[in-house]
Amino acid sequence: MEEESDTRKINNSFLRDHNYATEADIISTVEFNSSGELLATGDKGGRVVVFQREQESKSQPQRRGEYNVYSTFQSHEPEFDYLKSLEIEEKINKIKWLPQQNAAYFLLSTNDKTVKLWKISERDKRPEGYNLKDDDGRIRDPSTITSLRVPVLQPMDLMVEATSRRVFSNAHTYHINSISVNSDLQTYISTDDLRVNLWNLEITDRSFNIVDIKPANMEELTEVITSAEFHPQQCHTFAYSSSKGSIRLCDMREAALCDKHCKYFEEPEDPSTRSFFSEIISSISDVKFSHNGRYLMTRDYLTVKVWDLQMENKPLETYQVHDYLRGKLCSLYENDCIFDKFECVWNGSDSVIMTGSYNNFFRMFDRNTKRDVTLEASRENSKPRAILKPRKVCVGGKRRKDEISVDSLDFSKKILHTTWHPHENIIAVAATNNLYIFQDKVN
Amino acid sequence: MFPKGTKRKFSDSGEEPVSSGDQVPVAPSVAARTLTSSYSLQRQSLLDMSLIKLQLCHMLVEPNLCRSVLIANTVRQIQEEMTQDGTWQIMTQALAAAQCPADRLVATEVLCRQTDPAAQAGQSPKPFSVVGLEEGYHAEEVVMEGDVETEVTMSTLSPVSPQLSSASYLAGPFGMGPCWEEEEEEEEDDGECEEDEEEDSEECVSEGEEGDRDHLSADSRTGEQVFGTFEIKHPAPPPDPALEELFSDVDPSYYDLDTVLTGMQSAPKMGPYDLLESLSSHGPTALSSSSSCRSDLNELDHIMEIIVGS
Repeated sequence: MEEESDTRKINNSFLRDHNYATEADIISTVEFNSSGELLATGDKGGRVVVFQREQESKSQPQRRGEYNVYSTFQSHEPEFDYLKSLEIEEKINKIKWLPQQNAAYFLLSTNDKTVKLWKISERDKRPEGYNLKDDDGRIRDPSTITSLRVPVLQPMDLMVEATSRRVFSNAHTYHINSISVNSDLQTYISTDDLRVNLWNLEITDRSFNIVDIKPANMEELTEVITSAEFHPQQCHTFAYSSSKGSIRLCDMREAALCDKHCKYFEEPEDPSTRSFFSEIISSISDVKFSHNGRYLMTRDYLTVKVWDLQMENKPLETYQVHDYLRGKLCSLYENDCIFDKFECVWNGSDSVIMTGSYNNFFRMFDRNTKRDVTLEASRENSKPRAILKPRKVCVGGKRRKDEISVDSLDFSKKILHTTWHPHENIIAVAATNNLYIFQDKVN
Repeated sequence: MFPKGTKRKFSDSGEEPVSSGDQVPVAPSVAARTLTSSYSLQRQSLLDMSLIKLQLCHMLVEPNLCRSVLIANTVRQIQEEMTQDGTWQIMTQALAAAQCPADRLVATEVLCRQTDPAAQAGQSPKPFSVVGLEEGYHAEEVVMEGDVETEVTMSTLSPVSPQLSSASYLAGPFGMGPCWEEEEEEEEDDGECEEDEEEDSEECVSEGEEGDRDHLSADSRTGEQVFGTFEIKHPAPPPDPALEELFSDVDPSYYDLDTVLTGMQSAPKMGPYDLLESLSSHGPTALSSSSSCRSDLNELDHIMEIIVGS
């Protein structure tokens, strides 16, 4: 047994070194904090990189809002579960910031199994002149100490420290797909394929299972939980989405176990577009409450939908993200792209929504004007401070000069993760191992 | 992909329903006609593809649960539809008649245990329109044709189906749960768990070989052959005696299953992986998923080496 697991380890590190040299750099999540001053990314290598917005300066107005690296730290390490004989990836699945309450910043990061609470704090002074120790920390010979000295704080270069404050582990048998901090600022939920657990941020050795859809007989399993989120204002309400395309709203006041939902959002299937892939493409990859708490947004494979919390039988709005793929579902199933999990975000005022697509394209939909735009995040096609040109995918037979045909789309370049500044028109878009930050034109 | 071979096989069995003396003679020819339609071919290839995917999932200790569930549901849908238009039973009978050796896929066993043809017969027999599939075929015609024939076949076949359904509940060589089966709750996981894991992986390999050999020697009644329908790469071995002689030493179908189960680096023909990779023009996703499987397979190999060597 010993030998076996050792070999496994060696094999895996071999693979990592040679085949996946850049695999670890692939960005797996991106998230603004509540003020928009900080932006965090997590990657497949388990690292978290925090960017800080440059202070506004009158001399360089064009640098307004530029984000620079503030702190980098290793949040999760690869682990080996000896009981199950399997490796637990270090990949960061989600990052959520806690609302700022003092000078330090706190964030939750999670991989497949373990959630960690990190504190990110600044230090620009250090104590100097200790009486009993010298500056290197060595204890001085007591006989040489002839006078009493009081240490003084001296300024030093700014140092940003990330320290792990809590580790919430051993509560998930399946893979954690989402975490969400409650508006009460004391609790959060972590969600895996079959269960939702409720945690207190201070307590790591206990969590409460509030949703469990695991059937007694796993052969009867036909549905999994894909994402869950707390309501932004009502601390007792949360929503979770499923692989069958439905969203359940639960009220934690009703019972300790939220097996019974209080609202169930589902759109009846359109028989005219029914195919073997209907269920797969209706599986919800992301669910997000609007900032005002009135709406829910869900992303499935081809569309993004906005639901009014007061209307359960159909979405308020449906936007086509890349409808031209509808005729290619078979090959997308073949190459597994159909299982890609695209996320979606609201802008600060809930009037625009954004989500990703293939070929480094991402889409924005204006809910008021009903206008939509396709933009591209790529180094070749956008230089720093250049204005993004709308892109168009050709659907008919004739392709115009500036259009790209469906067949030449690159399906390996997918934009799964995006985030929108909470108050301003600044967006961050993760394209494989590149992070693009776009903002409204200055002036 | 497979359609050519599949078609040939079924028409062959239609011409000579030899050993199926007690079976409905209409069935094979119906099967042949139904399968000629592109709809059925595409459905069949979708089914094959799904089963390969599921089998690969099965080899992972912790597969992506959402993906596995969605694929499994797709297979259920296809099976349901095939049961409704009679293709499912016909195929199984045709195969039994032709006595094809067949690959056994883990996933089918697992999935089929749950479906009850009798219950499904009550449901609306309207097949899905395959919108997502290729453009150039006429789903409508196919559907009509299928519907008409369904009534005939269903009525003639009805006495057989209970037997079939019970047969499909047979545990079979792969009696293990589905790929996403969770180990029991943590409290029950004692120190023995490690051993269990080891045994499981060992079983994965050995079952493929021994289990199927068992089935070969066992009688080839209809039920036993049910899951042989999902043959993947040996469309028409039986009718050609010359070929059969050529391969008399090596049973081709089991050889293939072995390559599937033990990783095919050494095999000259790549089989399902090859298929998946060549079909996916958009590398990374497919590549990474299959390479992770492959590393898993390597480990299986290694475990076997240790076990055999010591």
